Amino acid sequence: MDIHEKLAILADAAKYDASCASSGSNRTRRGAKIGSTEGMGICHSYTPDGRCVSLLKILLTNYCILDCRFCVNRISSDTPRARFSSDEVVRLTMEFYKRNYIEGLFLSSGIIQTPDYTMQELVRVAQTLREREQFGGYIHLKTIPGASQELVDQAGLFADRLSVNIELPTVADLQELAPEKKEPEIRAAMQTVQNRITEQRADSRRGLRAPKFAPAGQSTQMIVGATDTPDQAILQTADALYSHHRLRRVYYSAYSPIPHADAQLPGQSPPLVREHRLYQADWLLRFYGFQVDELVTTPQRNLDLSLDPKLAWALANRDWFPIDVNRASREELLRIPGIGARNVARILTIRKHRNLRSDDLKKLRVAWKRTQAFVITADHQPGLKLLDQERLSQKLVAGPQQLFLFDMEQSANSGEL
Amino acid sequence: MIQRTVHDFSDWREIARALRSAQVPPSEVQLLSNAEPTLFALDKTGFDVAPSTTNAFRVPKQFLSLAEQVAYHRDPTRWNLLYRVLWRLTTDERALLEVITDDDVYSLMQMEKAVRRDAHKMKAFVRFRELQQNGETHYIAWHRPDHAIVKKVAPFFARRFRGMNWTILTPDESVTWNQSELTYHAGTPRSAAPSSDELEDLWRTYYANIFNPARIKVKAMKAEMPVRHWATLPETEIIDDLLRDAPRRVQQMISSPEGYSQTASDYFPSADAPLTLATLAEAAKTCCACDLHCQATQVVFGQGPARAKVVIVGEQPGDQEDLAGMPFVGPAGQLLDRALAAAGLERQAIYVTNVVKHFKYESQGKRRLHKRPDAREMRACLPWFDAEWELLDAQVLLCLGASAATSLIAPDFRIQRQRGQWVVSRYCKRTLASWHPASILRLPTAELREARFAELLNDLRTAASGLRSDVVGD
Repeated sequence: MDIHEKLAILADAAKYDASCASSGSNRTRRGAKIGSTEGMGICHSYTPDGRCVSLLKILLTNYCILDCRFCVNRISSDTPRARFSSDEVVRLTMEFYKRNYIEGLFLSSGIIQTPDYTMQELVRVAQTLREREQFGGYIHLKTIPGASQELVDQAGLFADRLSVNIELPTVADLQELAPEKKEPEIRAAMQTVQNRITEQRADSRRGLRAPKFAPAGQSTQMIVGATDTPDQAILQTADALYSHHRLRRVYYSAYSPIPHADAQLPGQSPPLVREHRLYQADWLLRFYGFQVDELVTTPQRNLDLSLDPKLAWALANRDWFPIDVNRASREELLRIPGIGARNVARILTIRKHRNLRSDDLKKLRVAWKRTQAFVITADHQPGLKLLDQERLSQKLVAGPQQLFLFDMEQSANSGEL
Repeated sequence: MIQRTVHDFSDWREIARALRSAQVPPSEVQLLSNAEPTLFALDKTGFDVAPSTTNAFRVPKQFLSLAEQVAYHRDPTRWNLLYRVLWRLTTDERALLEVITDDDVYSLMQMEKAVRRDAHKMKAFVRFRELQQNGETHYIAWHRPDHAIVKKVAPFFARRFRGMNWTILTPDESVTWNQSELTYHAGTPRSAAPSSDELEDLWRTYYANIFNPARIKVKAMKAEMPVRHWATLPETEIIDDLLRDAPRRVQQMISSPEGYSQTASDYFPSADAPLTLATLAEAAKTCCACDLHCQATQVVFGQGPARAKVVIVGEQPGDQEDLAGMPFVGPAGQLLDRALAAAGLERQAIYVTNVVKHFKYESQGKRRLHKRPDAREMRACLPWFDAEWELLDAQVLLCLGASAATSLIAPDFRIQRQRGQWVVSRYCKRTLASWHPASILRLPTAELREARFAELLNDLRTAASGLRSDVVGD
C-alpha cells in the first residue's frame, strides 16, 4: 500500500477527534533545529467543514481490538485498514512541517495487541522526532488507558499535550456503547498525567530544573448525541473533569454519521446546534461563574437550542436586570447577555475614566440587539418595560439564529458569547 | 503647516520627538507616508524644530509598542494619527489609551488588530516549496500580505525554521534566511516563485480526508481563510470537488449502516413467560439476529444442569454439533470428554455452551469447513450467553479458545500467555481460559498434540480446584 493510500485511510480515521489545538506550550524546546512553539497556536488551513487544520492528525493504525459502537475503527466495521511505520509518520511530519503546512503532529492509534504495545509505538514516534530530527514543533499524543506508568512518563517528556478520551458522558453510556472501555481505567490514566504535571510544576517552583512534562496540559473529548443522556449530565461530567483533573479543555463532538456506521446507532445528521450550545455552556462554567444547574433550563434537563445559554438564563432571571454597566460588579457584568469576558475587562478599565454610553458598547462590538434590554448606560434607561415583555424571547431569537452559522466554530475556539 | 515625509517607525519616532519637544500641536503638522505621492511641494522652509531638553516628555511604554505595530499598517494617515495621540497623551490625557472607545484610540486599536491578524495569517499561510540549488535544499514561498509586515514576521520564521535555508517573497519586500542571518531585498512578482512541489499532492490527500462531509460550514471556513489568500494555498484547489461530493457521501453513510440492527435479546421469551434455561433454549430456535441462521441447520444451545457449578464456553458449534443440535459432541467434544474424565470432572454436572449458537462455515465440495465468527456475529449472539449465565449459579467459568476468552474476559486477552491463570471477569470472580480442543486436533504432530492436551488437562484441574473455596480465597 503506498503512502497516499495509507494517509487517506489514517487521516479519515482520525477526523472524529475534534481537538486540533496547538496552543499552550510557551517555549520552544532547547536544541530544536526545525520547529517552534511560542504559546499561540496557528491554524494553517481550514476545511469546508469550518474546522481548522493545525496539526497533522492521524492514527498510527486503525486496526483495533475494541468494539466501541460509535467508532468507525471498531473491530466489527468493514472500514479499510492500514498501518504506518513509525518512520513514515516521522517523515510525513517533517516534510509537512518544513513546508509550513502544520504546527506539528497529533498522533493517536487503534489499540493493537495490548495497551502497552500501542503506547510504546506512539512514544517511539515522538522520541524519534525529538531526538533524531531535533523537532521543536507541537506534539499531541493520545494516552492509551491501561498503558503502564513508565510509558506515560516517557510520553509526557516528548509531547506537548497528552489526552485521554472520556469517550461518552456517563458510565452508563460507556457500558452501552463501549463496554470494553472501563471508566476507572480512563480516570486513572488522566490522574497519572495530572500527577506528573503537578509534580513537575512543584519542582520548578522550588527552583529545580525538572524536565518539562506535557507543558500544554491535557484535554479530553466526549461524543454527544449517540445516547439520550441530557446536557445536564454532560456538563456535570465536564465540570468534574475541569475541577478534579484540571483539564485544559473538554471537547464535545456531535455524533456524526460515519462511514461503516453500526446499525444499532441511528443514522442522522450530527446535532451541531447542540454541540455549539454545549461549548457555550462550557465557557460559561469556566469563565463566567455559572453553575451547571443554572444553565440547564428545559424540563428535559437540556440546554435550550433556540437561545444561547446565557440569554436563556437572563430571560429566566429577569429580576436581575437591568444592570448598570457603569456601577455593577465584575460578576454582575459577566451575566449580561451579549457581553463577553474580554469586554467586561474593557468596561471595567474604561469606566475608571468616563461613563460608558450605548455607542461605546457598540464600538466594543457588544451584541447590542441582545444586550439592550438588560443594561443601563449613561444614555440608555430601558426601564422594566422592555424586560417585562412577554415576547422578549421570541424577539431575541431571530437575532441569535442569524448569527449562528457565522460564529458557531468561532465560539468553540474563543467562547465569546 | 509643517510637512514631513515618514519612511518607517524609527523615522516617525525621531520626527515626532522633535515636533513634540518644540510643542507643535497636531493641527499644524502633516506627516506623509513615503509611499504616497505628494500633491504639493514639501514645505522645506518650515520651521526647523530643535530638540529641546526643557520640554522633555514621557509616554507610556504601551504607546510605543502600539505605535510600532500601527507603523506596519498601510493606512497613509497613520503617522498623523499617532502624532495626535502622542500629543493628547502628553498634554492632559495620560490615561487616554485605557479609553479604547475614544475615536483616536479606537482607530489605532483597529489598525493594530489588522496588523496582528495579517501577521498571524502570514505565519499560517506561507507555503514553502522545496528547490534544489547548487546541491543545497532551499525552501521558497510567495505570499501577499495585506500590510507591510515582512520585517515584523521574518524573525518568527527564523526561529521556527532555524535549520533550513528559506526565502519568503512578497510583492513589496522579500527576506532570506541562510541559517545564520536574515537579509531583506526587493519585492517580486508571483511568477518568480517556484510553481509546484511534489509533496503538495500528499498534502491535498490529507486535506481531503481530514474533511468531514457531514458538517458543511463554508462561511466559517472563508471567514478564517479569506479567499484572497487561496491562490497560494495548494489545498484550496480541491474545495469545490469536496463540496460537490459531500451530500452524496453523507447520504451513503446514513443509508448503508453495517452490522445487525438486532441482537439476541430481541428474541427473548416474552416478559410474562417464566424464564428458564428451557424456555430460553426454545426461544433461541427463532433467532435471526445475525445472518448465521440462514445456513446453519439449527440452533445449538447450551446443555447441562441449571445447578452446574462449572460452565465451559467454546466458540461455536461445529459440523456434527450443527447436525445433532448439541454442543461439544464431535471430535473436539470427545477430546474434551477425555480431558474432563482425566481431570476428575463429570461432564453431566457441567453446563457446556458456546458464545455463538449457530454453525458458521464455508462449503468446500461436500465438506463444511469451520469459519471463525466475526465481532458482529459474536456481539449479536452474546445476550444468549448473558441470559444463560444469569439463570445459572456457577462458581467457575472456563473459556475455551480465543473467541470465548476475548469476548467474555477482555479483548486483549492472549490464550498463549494467559491461559490457566485465574482472572476476574465481568461474569465471575473465578474465570480462566484454556486451549480449545479443536485447536489441539489441528496441530500437525502427535508430540505437539500431547503437549497441548497436557496443558488443557492441567487447566481443567485448576478449574476443578476453583470449586474449593480455599484455593483462590474469597
